[in-house]
Amino acid sequence: MNAIVDISHLSARYGRTMALDDVSLQVDKGELFGVIGPDGAGKSTLYKILATLMPPASGGASVCGLDIVKDYRDVRSRIGYMPERFSLYKDLSVQENLKFFAALFGVSVKKNFDLIAPIFRQLERFPDRKAGALSGGMKQKLALSCALIHRPEILLLDEPTTGVDAVSRSEFWDILQSLKNQGITILVSTSYMDEANLCERIAMIDRGRILGTDTPARLVARLGERLFAARADNMFRLLEELRRLPQVKECYTFGANLHAVVSDDFDPQQAARMMEHCGLKGVSITPAEGTIEDLFIKLTANEQ
Amino acid sequence: MAILNALIKKESLHIIRDPRTLLITLLMPLVLLLLFGFAISTEVRNIRICAVVDRHTDETRAILERFRNNEYFDFQGLVASTEQNRMLEEGLTDAILILRTATGNMESQIIVDASNTTMAQAATGYIESMVSGQSGNSPIISSTLYNPQLKSSYNFVPGIMGMIFILICAIMTSVSIVREKETGTLNLLIVSPIRAATIILGKLIPYFILSAVILAIVLMLAYGVLGMPYSPASIVNVVLFSLLYILLSLSIGLLISALVRTQLAALIVSAVAFMLPVVMLSGMIFPIDNLPIVLQWVSAVIPARWYIAAMRKIMVQEIGIGFLVGELTILASTTAVLLTLAIVKFKSAVR
Repeated sequence: MNAIVDISHLSARYGRTMALDDVSLQVDKGELFGVIGPDGAGKSTLYKILATLMPPASGGASVCGLDIVKDYRDVRSRIGYMPERFSLYKDLSVQENLKFFAALFGVSVKKNFDLIAPIFRQLERFPDRKAGALSGGMKQKLALSCALIHRPEILLLDEPTTGVDAVSRSEFWDILQSLKNQGITILVSTSYMDEANLCERIAMIDRGRILGTDTPARLVARLGERLFAARADNMFRLLEELRRLPQVKECYTFGANLHAVVSDDFDPQQAARMMEHCGLKGVSITPAEGTIEDLFIKLTANEQ
Repeated sequence: MAILNALIKKESLHIIRDPRTLLITLLMPLVLLLLFGFAISTEVRNIRICAVVDRHTDETRAILERFRNNEYFDFQGLVASTEQNRMLEEGLTDAILILRTATGNMESQIIVDASNTTMAQAATGYIESMVSGQSGNSPIISSTLYNPQLKSSYNFVPGIMGMIFILICAIMTSVSIVREKETGTLNLLIVSPIRAATIILGKLIPYFILSAVILAIVLMLAYGVLGMPYSPASIVNVVLFSLLYILLSLSIGLLISALVRTQLAALIVSAVAFMLPVVMLSGMIFPIDNLPIVLQWVSAVIPARWYIAAMRKIMVQEIGIGFLVGELTILASTTAVLLTLAIVKFKSAVR
């Protein structure tokens, strides 16, 4: 078995709420693995259990071949955990934070600096600035540096890009790619569906359940339905009118457009004419590529 | 060891980088001591008094003369017996002294406005001694041990020390740990391979040192400014007892931090559950013997009561540690129990 993270039939609950329900996942060594799901899907709970912060209610998991309950102490030195919320000492400087976390793991900053050097480059300009005074993107880089300073085998990143601007986000994904190239296994969670394609494999999670695990491309292929993007001057009326058509199975807002899942006998030109007949202007209905988000909507709709 | 050093250094930086809290922590004992030592005093002065005398004799004249010359009294003169009630009702005077000599022997009566109990009690006592001092049949010779000048600072310094350490140690330790819970940094500490015991030590040591500094300030004030009786042996005992009490207060703080989630809750629990009983039930201000019997039982489980009692014995009476075995045993065993409980609770909370 090559799985460095092996989760089997894991469940967790907060009181009566089921946070995770029979979750099974395998992550291979060196993989950049994404856990994709909306807020409240159970991503953070999964991370807390893997980081040995919370015991599972049932089922189990192993990290680097070590059981997360029995061998929790050994697991801790193998993982680098970056929680969802910025959790460094705001009143300590950049340098002090980094040194402190290195000392916690008994390593020296100098020895492992090569690993974080590309990330830390921008922070080096102001080593004495307090962590609390950094911008969102900088905070995130510092947190990542602190999580990496002991050279973990696995990085557990819980929604690292939430609340970070678009430029820093794409930069951050470049960094993850380069870390992956150095052989570090990365488990990253996100609620941004568009980030799914940046992962090698993803697990889609919703309400504590895994909806599917595969490469993004293969998951999208599961969609297996005709999809059209539609737009007009009055998007809300367009949505209402499209939903009335018998050939339209489903229609929902997708970015600036509407996405319509349609049956085989759907004719886009005819539909566009009908929409204009209803008084809408500038109607365009064009074939669209399915994405993870479309699959998500399909899968969660089926559940309800 | 290197890890513990890093933790202590980090904690010290937190303390230094929060100058407002640090300033309050260092100034509060200073202000409290000076306030209670100088400004607040249970001595009563300037008692307004009137006299009603039916017929003057040498004896009554001598008594009234003494009231005129006494700094504790503000003698307002003689009034008619028909006036006395009105004077008291309108609050024009605090006490009326009635002297009757018509029968040959002098009879005296004291009427006191007891709407202020402390004043009334003190006034009655003073007046009685001043009147009876003259009657002369069997004078009581009283001598006041340990605090001949009846300085109220002797009474308050041990009490304030009992309060300050609970306040500072319990609040600061619990708030600093709970803050790490709130910001999520405690999770990062837990996820690292360090042991819970190391986290605890990393918190306790810096606050223990800070408390020792506060102890030094308090003692310098107590001996230097407030003139507490001084002897090397008593200082050693004071320091020993206080360090034990500091450790006890730190354990309380640790226990609170394991039980609550937010800084506000930590603050409220420390203040309400620990501060109030210390002020009300430890004998700091109100003597324990005056409490209702149920509250006396409650006060027995308040560590500050035993610390304050011991401090009074050491600082004011200056007696040796041999007389304090009871207090020492109680404080030491309470510390052991609380610390163990706190460590167990904390460990299970962070595991």
